Amino acid sequence: MNMENRKRIRRINTKRITATVKKLFIEANTALGDDMVSALHCSLQKEESPIGKQVLEKIIQNADIACRTAMPICQDTGLAVLFVEMGQDVRIVGGDLRAAIEEGVRQAYEDGYLRKSLCDPLTRTNTGNNTPAVIHMDIVPGDQLRIIAMPKGGGSENCSAAKMLTPAAGIEGIKKFVLETVENAGANPCPPIIVGIGIGGSLEQACILAKKALLRLVGKTNPSDDRLAQMEKELYTRINELGIGPAGLGGKVTTLAVHAEMMPCHIASLPVAVNIQCHVARHQEETL
Amino acid sequence: MNNRSTACENGPIRIQTPLSADVCALLRKGDMVLMSGDVYTARDAAHRRLYEALKKGLPLPIDLSISTIFYAAPSPTPPGKVIGSIGPTTSYRMDAFTPALIEHGLRGMIGKGNRSPEVVEAIKHYKAVYFGAIGGIAALTAQCVKKMELIAYEDLGPEAIRKLTIVDLPLIVINDFQGNDLYMSEQIKWHIKSI
Repeated sequence: MNMENRKRIRRINTKRITATVKKLFIEANTALGDDMVSALHCSLQKEESPIGKQVLEKIIQNADIACRTAMPICQDTGLAVLFVEMGQDVRIVGGDLRAAIEEGVRQAYEDGYLRKSLCDPLTRTNTGNNTPAVIHMDIVPGDQLRIIAMPKGGGSENCSAAKMLTPAAGIEGIKKFVLETVENAGANPCPPIIVGIGIGGSLEQACILAKKALLRLVGKTNPSDDRLAQMEKELYTRINELGIGPAGLGGKVTTLAVHAEMMPCHIASLPVAVNIQCHVARHQEETL
Repeated sequence: MNNRSTACENGPIRIQTPLSADVCALLRKGDMVLMSGDVYTARDAAHRRLYEALKKGLPLPIDLSISTIFYAAPSPTPPGKVIGSIGPTTSYRMDAFTPALIEHGLRGMIGKGNRSPEVVEAIKHYKAVYFGAIGGIAALTAQCVKKMELIAYEDLGPEAIRKLTIVDLPLIVINDFQGNDLYMSEQIKWHIKSI
C-alpha cells in the first residue's frame, strides 16, 4: 500500500455505529419527521369528511404527545429495517459491522421500551430482542458511513405487493396494479398512507426501490424523471378518489404522497412493487 | 341508551364492560362510543391458542361471555407508567378464529380494518359488536388505560393476554348485529372514481 492510499482510509469504530443505530431507532419511533407533521396538517385542510377530520386531528395530537413524552408514536415499533451506505474508504474497527448494527437495534428496543415484534415464521416464537434486523448494505464512494433507520410496521407491510407484469402492460398496467393494491388494502394499513413504488430491476430490486421510495421527503416528486413525477401526481389524485379516507372511515385523504423509483429491467419483464407505509412514516438517519 | 337518536345527538355513548346483550343490541354502525371497564388484549398467537383450547374442550384463561377482546399488543411499560403505547392491530388476521370465539360467548371486539363475511355473519347471528379504534395513535390511546395485569400466555411476550382497565376509550361501531358495515358505507360516500 502506498502512502497516498493509506492516508485516505478512515477508521470508524463499531461502538460508534452501535450507539448511532440505537439513537436513530429510538428517535424514529418517538419523533415523527417534520415533513410528515406538515403533510398531516396540510391534509387536514383538504379533508371534508367530519370523521376524517377528527381522525387526522387525533393523529396530529398523538404525534405531539409521543414526542413530548418520549413514548412510541405507535405500539408497533416495527421490524428494524436499515439502509447502510459505506464509503469504500472506510475501515471498520473494533469488531464486525453487522454485529454492531444488530447490537444497536437490540439496545434501542430494550432500553427504549420499544416493542419486540419479531418471531420465527413457523413456530411464531418471539426472538425476544427485535433482531435480526433487515439490513440493506451498499458500498459507495467516499469515506463516510450513512445509516438510515426505518422501523417498519407490520400492518402496512402486509398490504404491500409485488408483481411481474408483462412489458405489454406498460405504464397503464403499473397504475392499475398500484390502485388495486391500495383499494384492496382499504382501512387495514392505517391510512392516510404513503405509497412507495419500485419499477424495474429484478423482483427483489423492485421491492428495494419501493422501500427506498418511502424514504424520500413526503410529497416531493421524483426529481430525475418527469414520467415518474407525472405518474406520482396522477396516482395521488386517483388514490384519493377511492374514498377510503383517514382510518378507512371515508374521506378525501387516503394518501399523503406517492413516490416512485425506477431502474432498467430485463427485456422480458416489467417488475413492479408497491410498498405501503402507514401514517406513522418513520425514518431517521445519520452520517458518520 | 333508551332513545338512540337522542343518545347519539348528545355526543358519544358511554358504555361499560362487560357488554350486556341489551347494549349490543342497541349499538349501531357509526355510533361513537366511550368504553370503560376491563378489556383483554389478544392478537395472532393468543387467538390460535384460545381456538385450539376451545377445539380440545380445555378451559380458557378468560371467560369469553364477559370479555371484550382488544386486538392489541402494547409496547413495554416505561418506569412510572401504567402501560407503554397501545393501539389496535389489523383485525382480519383473527378472522379464522373469531366465529368460534363468538359462538362461545364473545360479544365485543376492538380492532381496525374489515372483517370476513364469516365474522360479519357470526356478529349478526350472536348479536355481537365489532368496534373500530384508530390505528397509530398509540401514545394517545395509552392515556385511557388506568391499569394493566398479565392474565395468560406470558411466553408470548407482547402477544400475551393482558387485562386492561380502561376509562373512556373512544371507539366507533363498525359492524353491528343488523349486518351493517361502517367502512363500506362511509367509503362509498367519498368514492369518486373507480379503477
